[in-house]
Amino acid sequence: MSDVVERTLSALPGLLGQHDLGAGPGGGPGRFSATSRLGGLIRSITALSSKHEEEKLIQQEQTNLKATVSAPTTTLRLMKECMVRLIYCEMLGYESSFGYIHAIKLAQQGNLLEKRVGYLAVSLFLHENHELLLLLVNTVVKDLQSTNLVEVCMALTVVSQIFPREMIPAVLPLIEDKLQHSKEIIRRKAVQALYKFYLIAPNQVQHIHDKFRKALCDRDVGVMAASLHVYLQMIKKNASGYKDLTESFVTILKQVVGGKLPIDFNYHSVPAPWLQIQLLRILGLLGKDDPRTSELMYGVLDESLRRAEINHNITYAILFECVQTIYTICPKSDLLEKAAKCIGKFVLSPKINLKYLGLKALTYVIQQDPNLALQHQMTIIECLDHPDPIIKRETLELLYRITNGQNVTVIVEKMLDYLRQSKEEYTIINLTGKIAELAEKYAPDNGWFIQTMNAVFSVGGDVMHPDIPNNFLRLLAEGFDDEKEDEQLRLYAVQSYLSLLEEEDTFYPQKFLQVMSWVLGEYSYLTNDGDPEVTITRLHRLLKQTFVTSETKAWIMTAITKMSSRLSCSKTVDKLIQEFSTSLDTCIRQYAFELKHLCENKELMKKLLPLDASCDEIMVDASLSFLDGFVAEGLSCGAAPYKPHHQRQEEKLSQEKALNFEPYGLSFTSSMSSSGFTGRQSPAGLSLGSDMSGNSAEIGQKETNCLKLDGVRKLWGKEGYLPKKENKTGKEDKTQPVPLDSILIGHVVDPPLMQSEQQVVSLSEEEKEKQQLASTLFVGLGSNSTMSLMGRADTINQKLKKKSKISESQNSEEASSFQNIATLPFSPLPDTTPNNKENFQGNEHLGLRKVSLSPSEVLETSVSFDTSQSLTEAGLDEKLSNCRLSTSSLFADRNIEVFQPPQNVPDIVASKAPLSLCLPEELAGHPHSEIVELCSCDILTVYSCKVWTDDCSLLVLFVANNSTSPLKTVNLVFESTEHFKIFESLSYHFPVIEAQSIERCQKCVQLEKVCTEGILSGSISYHLDTDTHLEFSLTFSLSDFIRPMKITTEDFGRLWLSFSNDVKQNINMSPSQGSLSIALNALKQKLKLHIVEIIGNEGIAACQLLPSIPCLLHCRTHARTLALWFRSSCSALPDSLLYQCQKMMAES
Amino acid sequence: MQFMLLFSRQGKLRLQKWYVPLSDKEKKKITRELVQTVLARKPKMCSFLEWRDLKIVYKRYASLYFCCAIEDQDNELITLEIIHRYVELLDKYFGSVCELDIIFNFEKAYFILDEFLLGGEVQETSKKNVLKAIEQADLLQEVCVLATCTGGGRFSPSSTRGGSALCNLWSGACIAQRGISGAAPSPHPQFLLATSEGALELLCSSIAVAHPQNCSFV
Repeated sequence: MSDVVERTLSALPGLLGQHDLGAGPGGGPGRFSATSRLGGLIRSITALSSKHEEEKLIQQEQTNLKATVSAPTTTLRLMKECMVRLIYCEMLGYESSFGYIHAIKLAQQGNLLEKRVGYLAVSLFLHENHELLLLLVNTVVKDLQSTNLVEVCMALTVVSQIFPREMIPAVLPLIEDKLQHSKEIIRRKAVQALYKFYLIAPNQVQHIHDKFRKALCDRDVGVMAASLHVYLQMIKKNASGYKDLTESFVTILKQVVGGKLPIDFNYHSVPAPWLQIQLLRILGLLGKDDPRTSELMYGVLDESLRRAEINHNITYAILFECVQTIYTICPKSDLLEKAAKCIGKFVLSPKINLKYLGLKALTYVIQQDPNLALQHQMTIIECLDHPDPIIKRETLELLYRITNGQNVTVIVEKMLDYLRQSKEEYTIINLTGKIAELAEKYAPDNGWFIQTMNAVFSVGGDVMHPDIPNNFLRLLAEGFDDEKEDEQLRLYAVQSYLSLLEEEDTFYPQKFLQVMSWVLGEYSYLTNDGDPEVTITRLHRLLKQTFVTSETKAWIMTAITKMSSRLSCSKTVDKLIQEFSTSLDTCIRQYAFELKHLCENKELMKKLLPLDASCDEIMVDASLSFLDGFVAEGLSCGAAPYKPHHQRQEEKLSQEKALNFEPYGLSFTSSMSSSGFTGRQSPAGLSLGSDMSGNSAEIGQKETNCLKLDGVRKLWGKEGYLPKKENKTGKEDKTQPVPLDSILIGHVVDPPLMQSEQQVVSLSEEEKEKQQLASTLFVGLGSNSTMSLMGRADTINQKLKKKSKISESQNSEEASSFQNIATLPFSPLPDTTPNNKENFQGNEHLGLRKVSLSPSEVLETSVSFDTSQSLTEAGLDEKLSNCRLSTSSLFADRNIEVFQPPQNVPDIVASKAPLSLCLPEELAGHPHSEIVELCSCDILTVYSCKVWTDDCSLLVLFVANNSTSPLKTVNLVFESTEHFKIFESLSYHFPVIEAQSIERCQKCVQLEKVCTEGILSGSISYHLDTDTHLEFSLTFSLSDFIRPMKITTEDFGRLWLSFSNDVKQNINMSPSQGSLSIALNALKQKLKLHIVEIIGNEGIAACQLLPSIPCLLHCRTHARTLALWFRSSCSALPDSLLYQCQKMMAES
Repeated sequence: MQFMLLFSRQGKLRLQKWYVPLSDKEKKKITRELVQTVLARKPKMCSFLEWRDLKIVYKRYASLYFCCAIEDQDNELITLEIIHRYVELLDKYFGSVCELDIIFNFEKAYFILDEFLLGGEVQETSKKNVLKAIEQADLLQEVCVLATCTGGGRFSPSSTRGGSALCNLWSGACIAQRGISGAAPSPHPQFLLATSEGALELLCSSIAVAHPQNCSFV
């Protein structure tokens, strides 16, 4: 009976439609209404022949519509029609934003029919983040409260499509109520709306999770199915939270599979396929890595597989999902067997869609079961040559997963073939990445690797991921364990690039050219046969090409510069200098000048451009302390002190306003650029890039880049000038590559593949070929072979091992190179270097030890800005140091044990020293460095130790007499330096040192002139038979003279404003340095800062340079960067401190 | 599902539904690219496409291409069946649907789509339920149209209660029906009242809401 009604009802609109009332309702032959305006519009548009005419017509239509919708007399019915026409215009691609607001109005004011169109127009016109959407909220709220079901339905529909996230609270309670509605359609839509909310704002619907459970148990299938969407999402996020529901899902699936649902839900006589797939997916997520949960679902999965037997797409869809679930959950052998059979059905199906899915399934399961690939190898081979590129693509994806060291050449060749044919950017990016990855992992030999990478660069040139060239160059530069192998690889690369550049007028992508020029610049010396002149000529030729961008030209110029450092003189270089000294491109001109100046000073050039040093870390003295003398000179000649931009601005502001209430300005991040201490991004090994707002950053960079240029004037450029250009050598990832040109790597093709290209072969031969190809492709797969999945994992591990070794060696390299650099500018004598090294190590150890001892607190409390306070605390301190005495002496002992004196020291000393090398009691309580050996001879050994007391830095020297006779008149003399001041006198006289005993002298050292690091050298002389003279030197760094300054935030603010010298800089933090407080604490420990306060991501700290020059630090974290801002009354201090910070951050 | 596009063999867009927020410019670009790619494919080729990071599932029905974008982990085959189910729904609603139906009545096609897919997920898999929902809404609006078009007499809100108004309505429909096509008369109105109370309630209230003052029936 109800069926009859149903039919009648459904017939009604059709019957009514024949009235043709203008709206063009569906049904019947008269359904394309010609009389309505929309119909007219559509017809006239279809009749048009050109796009231009269409544009004109639409423009006209839009003008009409605009007039109509904005006219106050327009009835809602007319408005509805206008909206439909507007939707049509939008669909044709003509924006009609003038109508959006009217669509909202229509939804608000119209009757049901109009409202429906209004809502539709809104959902089509606007997107989630459109501002007009806010105006809809009220209408939705009203309609949700309506007693009319249709209105409620409409409101729920529109909410599930678009709703502003921030307005969710306005409708949430109403929608929650609807979950209890008597009509299932309302409940269903309510669940769907909540699902939408969950997607856009998961936190807002957290509290209604039990209501979802209720929906899951709803007696209506539609509501239950809707709730599965929510569950799928929630389980995706957190599977463990819903394990208890597994049984419910299994039961539901059982019912569905068993055909217990109303027949309405059948689709081509398969019961509720959408529901089944949804449930299967949920089960897969729940059972993943969980044997107990998986156990529950084996039965129903088996049944699903069994039931899905009709040969129809929909059953295949279910089967596919089943297979995926079976391979996702904990495996069960008989199910896996069945699933594998299923995959076979897909793969072998003549239907192309099923074949595609078969390949997809294979790709998914191949890692668990490589045997499956073997079973279907012939099909896979066929698919590899399939006319449909999508099938090919999926096959390559499959092959990518089974690649190992044995089949890599064939697979990569296939991938390259595909790559050359594809035009789509996304595919190229994806494939080049994969090829590069495979080539790096499994390359059988150097030649193949270079050729493959050449092909990747030339094909993927313009679009590929910047990591690919970077990684490639890094690989070349860092190499593997085997130095010889590395050399060969580099040599091969150089040779192949030379031959590529031999041909004139060939076009290569920019990135490829950059790679080539870098490699040639670094390693072209490896070729013995090639004349460097020839290489330079080829590069020179490139410089004149028009397709080469100026960035690439910079790369080429750098390469030429590197090469010419190895030549005594070169005509080409001279020509080039002449040619480009007048270039209009300032960058190139700059390079030409640099080259010219360097060529004039070969000595310097060789020093600046050492051979094969691309992996050495270069430390940059960003504070430019070496310029201090220059600045001082300038100042003494009456020059105004430099003030950074922001400070000048601030001063200007404060002059204008008279009162500046802000403690420090907001312009904090404005003038900063990130500093480059990010480590080893660049193959060139240059990681600098401080673009500080402080004075004369450019010079520093030039120094590191080894290009000392003309005038001094440029130093004082405000911020700009050329520092960025200098960085280019280090940066690789910002090139704009240019279209490709394929370089065939002909000789890599394996013989069987060669044959397959010849078309004139008989069928049987073709078969044979395929067999051959199969054997090359699937070699190393399967259970009988040793190189199966496990093998692959092994090789991966191996690579990792290699990598880690590289990083190790890197570290040590870094360390040593740092030492070298640190000592280079200061030490005139080469033999002092080892001492410095030790000192450096000593400092490092000190850092460690300090952490364990944590005397920094003592320091903090005792060092105070207020003298009276420090007086009162002095007593306390003494007590403290007394309590610590035992521990520190213990440490002192251990120190010696750890610090075995170098080999050349006689054994006696080593055994003797622990007994007597102790700091005096009054000093042992203070933090101090390790006791290290300074210099020694057979007779005498000098040890040193730095003690950092609150008000000075003490240098304690121990002189040990190793001989058996007493030493008389031992004289210790320090050389006077401009940096340090040694109190009392520069010399010390030991009247006598008894045999086998140790004497001690202590000196108070003060930093006279701020510098980051300085060397204090001296000599000791004694008379035993003859006069002997021993020299020593030790390094003091700025941090030796820094002490915490205990002040309050208010004081800080006051002081901050009173200081005029400041420096700002951004430093990249490594992830391990994490938050601000960690970074600050690290700084506190190493630099002995006092942390005044930390608020959120900002922190302030203070310290003082002995005797009492305060320096303030403000820092702020910002993503991964730490912005440091120093201010002090002393001009050089901020710079130097900043340098220390950078060094420290780079070290940790 | 990310979006659904319907376009003709000539590359003319017939329907577009976006389930992810995108700018107009992006939408246009995607549409243009996709239409080009899909039209370039040969008929025997696979119905699936990898496009950017999405999967495109498309199927051609007569001169119309139905094209859906799904994420990589979604099931392609079931998406194909979603398209098919939508076509079935259109077919049932329009009665052997053709492209012209969708061109001229695209708003109806949208309404059906909204009942079937909501926010990119299948909302109702039962064909009957989808069509019922559409028809209910349609019925209401047709009645409204009828009411306004045949107007003349007075229609008081109080008379909408109970069966009398409905009888009027129904007979009006019957007359209209007879007058035009001469079809067989309808079942008894009382019967109608008894069986589908919900729908009638809907009708009455909507009439009352839509035309409280000037609504009349033959």
